[in-house]
Amino acid sequence: MKGYDLLDLAVRNLRQSKLRNGLTTIGISVGVASLVAMLSLGVGLQQMATRRLSGSGLFDTVFVTSRQDFRGFDREDDAKTPHPEQAPVLDEAARNRITHLPNVIEVEPEIRVMGEVMANGETHFGFVTGLPMSAHENEAFDNLKGKFFSSDNADEAILLMDFAKELDPKNPTSLIGKEITLRYGERQALPPDTADRPQVAGGSDSGASNGDDYGFSVVRKQQPLRVVGLIDQEPYGGMRTVSRGRIFLPVRTTERLNMAQFTDMRSSLRGASSKTYMTLTVRVKDPAKVQAVQDAVNAMNFRTFSVLDATKSLRRFFTVLDLFLGIFGSLALAVATLAIVNTLVMAVLERRREIGVMKAIGASDQDVKKLFFTEAGAMGFLGGILGILLGLAIGKAINFGTAFYLTKRQLPPEAVWSMPPWLVGSALIFSVVVSLVAGLYPAGRAARLDPVQTLKYE
Amino acid sequence: MVATSGSQNLSAVRVDNVTRHYPMGESIIRAVDGVSLCIAPGEFVALLGQSGSGKSTLLNLIAGLDRPTSGSVLVHGRDLARMSSEELAGYRRNDVGMVFQAFHLISSMTITENVELPMRFAEVERAERAQRSRESLERVGLGKRLDHRPSQLSGGEQQRVSLARALANRPRLLLADEPTGNLDSRTGEDILNLIRDISLSVGVAAVIKTHERALAERFAQRFIFLADGKLANEEVRA
Repeated sequence: MKGYDLLDLAVRNLRQSKLRNGLTTIGISVGVASLVAMLSLGVGLQQMATRRLSGSGLFDTVFVTSRQDFRGFDREDDAKTPHPEQAPVLDEAARNRITHLPNVIEVEPEIRVMGEVMANGETHFGFVTGLPMSAHENEAFDNLKGKFFSSDNADEAILLMDFAKELDPKNPTSLIGKEITLRYGERQALPPDTADRPQVAGGSDSGASNGDDYGFSVVRKQQPLRVVGLIDQEPYGGMRTVSRGRIFLPVRTTERLNMAQFTDMRSSLRGASSKTYMTLTVRVKDPAKVQAVQDAVNAMNFRTFSVLDATKSLRRFFTVLDLFLGIFGSLALAVATLAIVNTLVMAVLERRREIGVMKAIGASDQDVKKLFFTEAGAMGFLGGILGILLGLAIGKAINFGTAFYLTKRQLPPEAVWSMPPWLVGSALIFSVVVSLVAGLYPAGRAARLDPVQTLKYE
Repeated sequence: MVATSGSQNLSAVRVDNVTRHYPMGESIIRAVDGVSLCIAPGEFVALLGQSGSGKSTLLNLIAGLDRPTSGSVLVHGRDLARMSSEELAGYRRNDVGMVFQAFHLISSMTITENVELPMRFAEVERAERAQRSRESLERVGLGKRLDHRPSQLSGGEQQRVSLARALANRPRLLLADEPTGNLDSRTGEDILNLIRDISLSVGVAAVIKTHERALAERFAQRFIFLADGKLANEEVRA
């Protein structure tokens, strides 16, 4: 029998028992909707997590530290690497080499210093953090009040809203455009004639203007800065700094001001010949290239860390979550499958005579089998489409409900549910395949009917 | 009337020592027991006998709906006993047409669709199907009721549709199982008349199973009598 005849007869047969077949189809659609809704929730949650992490600007970032520092955190790694004194230092030369690696956009030092802001005759303590211009893309600036730095060397500051409230509890936004004074410690080289200056192996007298192999001075300085913006949360989720930064300056400004950092103290103990960095933050063109950059920096014998390492376990979590959501969603579809079997077995019993007649006038066993398969497949297809639409409606409702709930709590609305096209296609195929599997037994039973017996008793 | 057999060489159907036994608990029912017969192309044969004489079983064996326990059923030289189930379906589709006592029309279809059904199985193109079903129904006098459903027709008309369906794929053999059983005598006569006319005009061999000997004697050319599964007698109309 030709395909269109098969479909025509199948649809005609399904129409004969509209109520029963309709209810079975609705059963399938509920099953598919449940599966789609569950999986879409899993996909949505995963996308939300990915979006959050991507927005945090951490996915395309590699943190580089010297193997001289942070020893003891990873003893296994420590055992494999050279003695701290033999590990390369993270200095300007290293920074340059990393900057010239393929796929690297920028390499910025992590700068965080203690500072004091003087406003309205009072001083307020806060950590000062240097930010590159690329930080503007960070999600922390989505709700920026005011504007971003005009240049990477501007004498401007962006304050954390909490800090601004400390400075002006009544009207923190009024600080935008106003000038504040930042008090900080400037690192200065020791005079060349410092007495009792010992020689340190590996050190060099040529020194750098910023320090030398012996020590440096910290001198209190003040710098006027114009407040250009206020933000609610710290960029990069505080990932880059141990302490929470509250005052943000363009990174070049912080470098120009030569602010003394905690890490300088560590460097001076070792006797570095030039200024060294505790951490360099490497921004990579594409999250997919992070691993390559990480490998290249590791090859220079520096220690690296990226969020990619953390996302591996996140991906594993979502895979397990999807599996469980899929299993829960499939339960309803499994019940619907039994409904298909029941409906088709009933149809075989009711249509015994018709099947007998069809066989008597020339239908083969295969024709009969295909007819029941087509009926099962048609129910699966229709149920699949209805199920997807129903799942879509459930998803919209979930998103609406979540947005409503979040808005009520003054939080930005978030889509926790997402139905990608591949899920739509897969759900439809799955629905048809499951229905065909459910049709196996009834179709086989119909095909095996003996026409002589079926016609004898009618 | 003289008892003779049809032509052996030019037979449309040749049944050779066929048996069909059914196990029934410990015993065996010998529904057909060593029957041999021949039917010539275009011949109109009546299969007569008491209830349980084996008429239906023999008709089912010739129709390819059942398989013999032993012996052979050759239709146009092909042994049905050796055919696979798919080949038998093909045989029922293309070589034989069946008419039933209870008509066995599909009530949800129009009579045109009922007649088209065997052509769907034979994968006849839609346009040709429509034309052939219309011609078949016109031939049985139902050309003006093409879109009616079986329930809108009388018993005689339904049997005409059944006949048109049986002839849809232009078979060479027409088998009718008590075609007049559910009809009044006049309508039954009309149906047998129609079968005879078609058999003569198209050259289709027809085997009619009936228990109405008087009616059969008016139309059939030959009568085959079965009793207890065996061939009891054979007569040719004078």
